Amino acid sequence: MMKRNECLKALARHVTDADIVLPVYSTAFDWIDIRPHPLNYLSHGAMGLASSHALGLALGRPDRRVIVLDGDGSLLMNIGTLVTIAEAAPPNLFHFVCENGTYEANGGHPIPGRGNVDFAGFARSAGWKSVHEFADLQIFEQQVGALLAERGPVFVDLKVVASGPQERDYARLHGAHVRQAFRETLGKS
Amino acid sequence: MASADGRALSGGEIIREITASGIEFVVSVPDITTSEGLLRPLVQMSTPRLIRVCKEDEGIGICAGLAYTGKRALLLIQQTGLLDSINAIRGVAVEYALPICMMVGLLEKEPGVPPRQSKRYGVRVVEPILDVMSIPYHEVEADADIAKIGPAIDEAYKASRPVVMLIGRRPA
Repeated sequence: MMKRNECLKALARHVTDADIVLPVYSTAFDWIDIRPHPLNYLSHGAMGLASSHALGLALGRPDRRVIVLDGDGSLLMNIGTLVTIAEAAPPNLFHFVCENGTYEANGGHPIPGRGNVDFAGFARSAGWKSVHEFADLQIFEQQVGALLAERGPVFVDLKVVASGPQERDYARLHGAHVRQAFRETLGKS
Repeated sequence: MASADGRALSGGEIIREITASGIEFVVSVPDITTSEGLLRPLVQMSTPRLIRVCKEDEGIGICAGLAYTGKRALLLIQQTGLLDSINAIRGVAVEYALPICMMVGLLEKEPGVPPRQSKRYGVRVVEPILDVMSIPYHEVEADADIAKIGPAIDEAYKASRPVVMLIGRRPA
């Protein structure tokens, strides 16, 4: 098992200024400390929808990589997204899931089926051609750059430990200024 | 073809109105009211591109992402899906003030009967719920109503806010 923030640091080394990144909940707070950037898309409006926002962005801006940093509870809430994305098949969409087995932002309760749910299996069954799982940080660090060079959509399940209770200032994710900065930056380039 | 109340609704004209409004993507879960007159012809078209989704709230997210890229989209669903997506509409469309344009078939609405006067509970509640959420809507019941669609879409993007077009009979 890996630490989420270590995985995110490894990923961040390969993310460019042109990339759009959609991290959710606890992952988002880790990510914006590691890679503060106006093209972090942080306001998803409802749990589970990050990958759907990402599909819209990927379809609308095929010139950019769109990287989702999802949670396992969030993905379970919108599991059909895997089928939808597989059919739409945007080559620039990369869907990472931080699988820690808990609703970390909502008290640390276990997700249904913790330890039994096969997220990579879901993705394969939904029709994703490129599916990867990692539980070893060193191997992930070695391969993440190559993953981001693949033709998407690419699905990556990261087996991580839960981070435990954390104080979170959600205004950093949902403030209108965050969306405005994203809109302006994307519109300029 | 006109129905018992002597009025008709042309699916071809609705599609022309949608296309003329700059809609590049139609995101949809099938709805029996709009299945034959709208969705099936749209399947045959390359523009707008049809994106099939498993659940309507996915479509709210997809349309939001597209909006940020400057692409216009239309979510074509049934009122059951609208009701199922209330939280996504609340968060994404209303609170984030995004131009989410929804075309909603009213399952089991009686042609010629205003939605609020329908005998069907699932139809009667739709407009009051939209009122509570401060979401503008337009009834599209006959050919004369089709001209509302383009300006409604333009206004949604100009003001960056959601809009709903309620399809009150099966387009032919």
